[in-house]
Amino acid sequence: MTNCLIVGVGGQGTILAARLVGMAAMEAGLSVRGSETIGMAQRGGSVASHVRMGGEIFSPLIPPGEAGVVVAFEPGEAVRAAEYLSPRGIAVVCDRPIQPAAANSASAGAYSAASCMDWLRASAPVLYEADGEKIIARISARCLNVALLGIAIGAGAFPFETKHMEAAIARRVSERYVKMNIDALRRGMALDF
Amino acid sequence: MDRQLLMGNEAIALGAIRAGIRLATGYPGTPSSEVLETIARERSDGLYVEWSVNEKTAVEVAAGAAMSGARVLTAMKQVGLNVASDPVMSLNYVGVKGGMVIVVADDPGPISSQTEQDTRHFARFAKIAVFDPSSPEEAYLMIEDAFNYSEMIARPVIFRPTTRVCHSYASVNLAESRSSHSQNGGLGFTKDGGKWVIFPKLAYENHVKLEETMAKLGQVFSDYPGNILLDGGKKGIAASGVSWLYAREAVANPGAGFECKQLKVATIPLPESLCLEFLSGLDEVLVIEELDPVIERELIYLCGRYGLKTVIKGKLSKHIPNAGENSPSGVKDAILRFLTPDSPQIIDKASSHEPRRPLPPLPARPPVLCAGCPHRASFFAVKEAVKTQKAVFSGDIGCYTLGNAMPLDMVDTCLCMGAGIAQAQGIHRVEPDTLNFAFIGDSTFFHTGLPGVANAVYNKADIIIAVLDNSTTAMTGGQPNPGMGKTLMGGDAPKLSIYNILAALGVDQLQRVDAFDFEAAKAAAQKAAGASGVRAIIFEGLCVALGKTKSPLKVDAASCTGCGACVRRLGCPALSIRGKGAAIDPVLCAGCGLCKYLCRFDAIGS
Repeated sequence: MTNCLIVGVGGQGTILAARLVGMAAMEAGLSVRGSETIGMAQRGGSVASHVRMGGEIFSPLIPPGEAGVVVAFEPGEAVRAAEYLSPRGIAVVCDRPIQPAAANSASAGAYSAASCMDWLRASAPVLYEADGEKIIARISARCLNVALLGIAIGAGAFPFETKHMEAAIARRVSERYVKMNIDALRRGMALDF
Repeated sequence: MDRQLLMGNEAIALGAIRAGIRLATGYPGTPSSEVLETIARERSDGLYVEWSVNEKTAVEVAAGAAMSGARVLTAMKQVGLNVASDPVMSLNYVGVKGGMVIVVADDPGPISSQTEQDTRHFARFAKIAVFDPSSPEEAYLMIEDAFNYSEMIARPVIFRPTTRVCHSYASVNLAESRSSHSQNGGLGFTKDGGKWVIFPKLAYENHVKLEETMAKLGQVFSDYPGNILLDGGKKGIAASGVSWLYAREAVANPGAGFECKQLKVATIPLPESLCLEFLSGLDEVLVIEELDPVIERELIYLCGRYGLKTVIKGKLSKHIPNAGENSPSGVKDAILRFLTPDSPQIIDKASSHEPRRPLPPLPARPPVLCAGCPHRASFFAVKEAVKTQKAVFSGDIGCYTLGNAMPLDMVDTCLCMGAGIAQAQGIHRVEPDTLNFAFIGDSTFFHTGLPGVANAVYNKADIIIAVLDNSTTAMTGGQPNPGMGKTLMGGDAPKLSIYNILAALGVDQLQRVDAFDFEAAKAAAQKAAGASGVRAIIFEGLCVALGKTKSPLKVDAASCTGCGACVRRLGCPALSIRGKGAAIDPVLCAGCGLCKYLCRFDAIGS
């Protein structure tokens, strides 16, 4: 079984990313089970999508320490999710922070994304850092999710092949955005930003 | 066979369509909303589906159709059942002809709800059978069973998924579509000699039958395939819903080396003889369920009734947490402690816990109003207008409840759907020198807001009703409501005017203003604050999630003094201080212009 945890901040596109991973696994003939965060947290809260692929799967939630791959759209959320990583797990982390509005308006001030990235460099068994500003500038904020999935595919984190993910994108994403997403996927795989 | 990746709510919807429903109703509420949305998307001709104005209405529309012989589904979240409780209680006495399944989604956690109430209690109180699925696959098949049982007993049944069933997904084998079920005596309303008119005499007679039915279900459910007994050992684990999957993952794991009897309970009434077979020969049982200890109490009751010495553990004995949702690791730990209390694994876990690198400070992320949300503008206008006055702001259920967060701090109460307008009246009766605002969204206004307005006018209250009309039901994902001129089925519909409704209810001090016309909005709030009696302001502004956003604004670094007023006073997620000045996140900013309006140094522009 391969467990994939996708985390981020509500509104970043984690739900679609998880759907794509699940659909790609099904394209590859695997059984899939997973769970979403839907509701209030989608308004800027911490969100997590669990995807479990292959074999006999009972729980829709991944137990801590059992995620072979964590795809994090935000550095603070990556640190929050780190307890889920398995001892040889792969972390794909977008380094672009999203500061909570509360931190912006309170005297507490912003949290340090740099210290989160430092912590991940010291703690994650395998870490892929994605330059969020570059991805947004050179591809699109809308495709950040698929670009990150591309990095994870390139890292060999998933039990399916690129063609399965491309098929999932073609089925799920609305037609006029398919090309843009497949381009983002390939650039993610090639770490070409 | 078609195999699809389905969310639990989608599986429920497709299963219900397959079971031959003719009508579906409901009111949006997390985690139930996707059931009706999927039915609307996947329906074929001859299936009618609607968002009703509230859950009570949804049940009543469905009841009428079920009395007329159709298979019907109605869907809501657990607190929606509170609103619908009046028709549900009586309907179970009156009965139905076509199968009627009330889908009520419970929300352990709670993740998006006001309460952690357990619908199984409500069902027992109302003497209604419950089906409790553990996964999307099971839900897909079980919903048809629910219809069959409903028709067999000629009463509604409750189908109760929880959030981790509704919002989990799985690869589901879709069965062949079946020929439509045989209608119970055909479609059409038959007058049937007063059968549908509840009077005390009929209520008594039907109560007798109801008790017989529930007792009989307790027997036949022992053969229901959703209730499962697995043999082994002197200890037993009983579980329901997603907790059954957590338990199976812990116990079925090869190498776990556990031997125990396992009981999956998927129905209320509990399958009595299956439960007795489970209890037979057991020293101890651990019951793993979410919300309230319903199965646990039932098993304790059975032990008492049949003189069994089995010790039942669970929430009542504090072996399972009595609030919040279960987790795979929490359930695994509880099972480990129960089955192997002296296990080295437990000791290992306690002592050899790897000293983890201390975590860097992480941001708290309470949910917030989106950048560009019209509610922020409306709250800000009222706040500015009455900042020197003593005021209490009653709130309600919806995205705008998030207006309670700092720095807006504009929601002082939130109780249940539609409560704010009436609560404001009560607060004012006790504290008459206070300005009392009641904020309510458009969908909530139609849902249960109207009686509060009528009460205010009739009883000569002194309040300001602020309707935040963003032309959608935003928090649950943008469902249509009666003010929008469209329905769930698509196509045009009459657009109910909130303005005309308020006027018709006798509110004569009535203003309507564009929430993004900041000066006008503030002036409207000031005018209302200066008057007395029942006043209303309708703040109109499209929900930013509907997609019509403007270009992001920019900060002119040369003009920005870094005073931080925009960041400090609005709580907009797109605004922050970077270095010496304010910064706007171009990905989040929707160009609403509220920060530009507020900036005294003209430092924000397009």
